[in-house]
Amino acid sequence: MIPCEFEYHAPQTLPDAIALLTQFGDDAKLLAGGHSLLPMMKLRFARPRHLIDLGHIAELKGIREDGGTLVIGAMTSENEIIWSRLLQEKCPLLVEGARQISDPQVRYKGTVGGDICHADPGNDHPALMMALGASFVLRGAGGERVVAAEGFFLGMYATSMKPDEVMTQIRIPAPRSGSGHCYAKLKRKTGDFAAAASAVQLRLAANRVEDVRITLTNAGATPLRATKAEDAVRGKQLDARLIAEAARLAMGICSPSADQRGDGEYKTAMAGEMTVRALSTARDRAASAAR
Amino acid sequence: MAKKQAVSFKLNGKEVDVLVEPRELLIHTLREKLQHTGPHIGCETSHCGACTVDLNGMSVKSCTVLTVQCQGAQLLTIEGLAQGGVLHALQEAFHLDHALQCGYCTPGMITRAYRLLKENPNPSEEEIRYWMAGNLCRCTGYQNIVKAVRSAAMKLSAQAAA
Repeated sequence: MIPCEFEYHAPQTLPDAIALLTQFGDDAKLLAGGHSLLPMMKLRFARPRHLIDLGHIAELKGIREDGGTLVIGAMTSENEIIWSRLLQEKCPLLVEGARQISDPQVRYKGTVGGDICHADPGNDHPALMMALGASFVLRGAGGERVVAAEGFFLGMYATSMKPDEVMTQIRIPAPRSGSGHCYAKLKRKTGDFAAAASAVQLRLAANRVEDVRITLTNAGATPLRATKAEDAVRGKQLDARLIAEAARLAMGICSPSADQRGDGEYKTAMAGEMTVRALSTARDRAASAAR
Repeated sequence: MAKKQAVSFKLNGKEVDVLVEPRELLIHTLREKLQHTGPHIGCETSHCGACTVDLNGMSVKSCTVLTVQCQGAQLLTIEGLAQGGVLHALQEAFHLDHALQCGYCTPGMITRAYRLLKENPNPSEEEIRYWMAGNLCRCTGYQNIVKAVRSAAMKLSAQAAA
């Protein structure tokens, strides 16, 4: 399995990458880790005439904290996220999510920015980013803009990025200490996409839910935010009855497509079950963090 | 045809130069142009790990890397593990612990385990299973592979302490 012919470009700077993207337009694709794009090119689902490799641009890599914001270069690999002491301490939801992506070899190459921009409904970072209230820095020929994760995903493989834009950074407001988190993912085996997954980031105050975000992976064409489920639990004590109600509300927004992982009914039920598990675990973690 | 490109990298410590089409996959360059047939082609879809090589300190599936991405890289394959005719501790452990049957997955397994032990010299069984999950074996049931990685880790630690 060999891809169609293409010209390969390896720009050393971001302006050079943007210039190439502007020059070649729809004929070009950006190459990040390549573990979604190259398989698609081998299967001839993608046939770019120009491949622009972002792998040599140093400023697109790295993880740091700037004020209360965690700043992650778009070309940072999944293993770099998993091994980051800063993220383990300040943003464990992202680490827990990255640990459940594909397999070790893929995580050396696969990048957080690539996972987001590819916008496969099965990719995990889109829902994680919505749960964390992240925003994305996009740079194009006309300058830079910052957009929220929520609203960025328009459909299957479709985002609000313009054709000449490169994602440069992911910015995450560091969750306050005492927060609880969980990414509950059901997959058939290592390397598979989620049959269903649920991301929860929450904070308790006097045993009641103060802040909460609940998002879902692979439960529709885009990652979904279960706002009705969030509203149902906010301000309340998160007991088993309320968690079941939240899961029911989350299932109400699911419209997964049937595939070899199951039919729509099964995947919706599993999205509910993952929401139950993610909410329970996040609550327990928040409670023990408060102690 | 897209113009061929010259790519230079270090393969098991030796400088090599190849002329490749941009679409050529690293596994094909290694096997067909450089006669390094240790890394195998299993699935060609980045699932099985038989083609695993070490690229700049990362375990990668060479069926999902373009050779042109390797300009200036340091590459290590199973061929580069034995030194001066002496097997690497992992190769020896795979032999002693019967960690292979047909052997098809073995070069990828050992190359992956090599990087794992560089990163974590004393992994638990659970850590070995998690960090070796990108390599499939259809014969052994993995028990002896895990055992071999553990025993190689102990041997390498003892050597390092001596």
